[in-house]
Amino acid sequence: MLRFIVRRLLITIPTILVVISITWVLIKLAPGNFYSGEKPLPPAIEKNIREKYGLDKPWYQQYGKTMWGIVRLDFGTSLKYQGQSVNTIIKRSLPVSAAVGILAYLLALVVGVTAGSIAALKQNTKWDYGSMALAMLGISIPNFVLGPILVLVFSLTLYWLPPSRWEGFPSWNLVLPVLTLSAIYMAYIARLTRAGMLEVLRSDYIRTARAKGLSERDVVIRHALRGGLMPVISYTGPALAFLLTGTVVVERIFALPGLGNYFIQASLNRDEPLIIGIVAFIAIVLLLMNLLVDIVYAYLDPRVRY
Amino acid sequence: MSNKNNPDHEDLVHIGPEMAVAEADVHPDEVGTFVRGTSLWRDAWRRLLKNKLAVVGMMVVIIVTIASIIGPTAIKAIFGFTPDFIPTGDVNATRSLPPFTGPNGQFTWTHPMGTDNAGRDQFARVLQGGQISLFVGILSTVVSLLIGVSYGAVSGYVGGRVDNMMMRIVDVLYSLPYVIVVIVLLSMFRSQTPRGQLILLFIALGSVSWLTMARIVRGQVLSLKNQEFVLAARATGVSNTRIIFRHLIPNTLGPVIVYATLTIPQIMLTEAFLSFLGFGVQAPIASWGSLAADGIQNIAIFPWQLIFPGVTMALTLFSLNFLGDGLRDALDPQMRTV
Repeated sequence: MLRFIVRRLLITIPTILVVISITWVLIKLAPGNFYSGEKPLPPAIEKNIREKYGLDKPWYQQYGKTMWGIVRLDFGTSLKYQGQSVNTIIKRSLPVSAAVGILAYLLALVVGVTAGSIAALKQNTKWDYGSMALAMLGISIPNFVLGPILVLVFSLTLYWLPPSRWEGFPSWNLVLPVLTLSAIYMAYIARLTRAGMLEVLRSDYIRTARAKGLSERDVVIRHALRGGLMPVISYTGPALAFLLTGTVVVERIFALPGLGNYFIQASLNRDEPLIIGIVAFIAIVLLLMNLLVDIVYAYLDPRVRY
Repeated sequence: MSNKNNPDHEDLVHIGPEMAVAEADVHPDEVGTFVRGTSLWRDAWRRLLKNKLAVVGMMVVIIVTIASIIGPTAIKAIFGFTPDFIPTGDVNATRSLPPFTGPNGQFTWTHPMGTDNAGRDQFARVLQGGQISLFVGILSTVVSLLIGVSYGAVSGYVGGRVDNMMMRIVDVLYSLPYVIVVIVLLSMFRSQTPRGQLILLFIALGSVSWLTMARIVRGQVLSLKNQEFVLAARATGVSNTRIIFRHLIPNTLGPVIVYATLTIPQIMLTEAFLSFLGFGVQAPIASWGSLAADGIQNIAIFPWQLIFPGVTMALTLFSLNFLGDGLRDALDPQMRTV
């Protein structure tokens, strides 16, 4: 097991460096500079700015400085949010994104697994067709369409829920963003669960479980779900990546001060340290989570060799 | 199966007694008669037509595509305005009008989806947006096909250490937060012209969505490359490139078509997402994503500005997904997983 983890780490760390390097190269290759605006700056001022941000140094020194900062988890200072370090911004915005993202994933897991299992157990009935059609709908409706429609119905017509803004952790303001974000994962997880369960339900060990007289409940919960959920577990890695991009849209629609919103703002402002900082942070979190998923998977499925 | 008993009809298959044993679906009465032989594709087509949802999906996709292509021209011919026509003169006409409503509140067929803030016809704009969305979806899929199929085929055919290396690269790319990288790319290299941004967009989308395609093709090629027809080709001195492109790739077409059909809605969704955030297509070019982004600003007062592009897009993606699922079941029943 330890060897497996070490080997995965040996792939994970270079991957993180690759992501950060790609971002760095893209920013450096792009025409213009963060300080270049409509009017050209006087040469003396431009020279001062370049000196202040170390742009007069050769590229490998600039690259080295950025990378050294990231290794120490110090992402530098934002250019647009004066006097705020990137670390402060991440620390402030992460709880918002994490709250919405984790709640959305949990909701998706509960609803998706339930719907998918019901569909598999009642294959080719109206339950199956109904939940699969709903799942297809969930995959097909873009979240930036679903979100505003939910707002239109529940906030602006029925006046049940607040339409937007962040008001701390447990609050009614979270309901609509979480629903919007989780719709597509519910759908994917329902489809994955159904496929996984259908395969498992036909396998020999389920027949054995039934043959030795276990109740249907025990067969499904103790035996079938464990095997049938393997695809769902391996989907967790990609899901986290999509969850991160999903939060970008949801935070934008619902005006939540999360990581995604800052990332979009930074990209539009060309706030280079903030872009690199957020990309690095996301890459590290994402790849570590992927690593965790791999380990859990290897632990649960004895067929995976370390 | 030979056709030598019946030289006039080459596609007829003689059903001999041996087939009644070998193939369960041959009825005893049919022994000794001739039936039309079916190819893989004709079989798949028949199975597809049996799947009602897939057929409905296919029809919706065809209708939306045709409407998007000829719609703006037809509207110009019938009502006399282009998608970017802004009415002048009548003050009431430059407001955002609800569906089927004229400037003075009367019923009219002119604007079945209402108008936008500047008084432009929403129906014409949705159709024109459809052109861009479908265009980006299809073209980016073609880009990802070209990269994915060649990469996967080479990796699978060469095998060994090269294969290991190439697939490890795919694994690494898989775990990248690629949308984040695409956003950085699109915002940093923001083109001055709408057309330039469009080209940047589908290069970006195409070059990140070939990974699954490469895996699928590699798997297929691995199972094909040791079959007799490849050995025969090699024995007669056909070059490796030719074996890959003329013998192996054509045999992987089934899964490739299925996956391509499922890639189009994914790419359209990503394009809409990027346009919604303001990194995708730029005005005056509009796509469903950018129309929805415009509409969201006025959701409380003019909900039709969001609902029509949004619902049109959802309907199209829904149909494409059903069509893709149907194609998968028809072409490759064993691939049925998700």
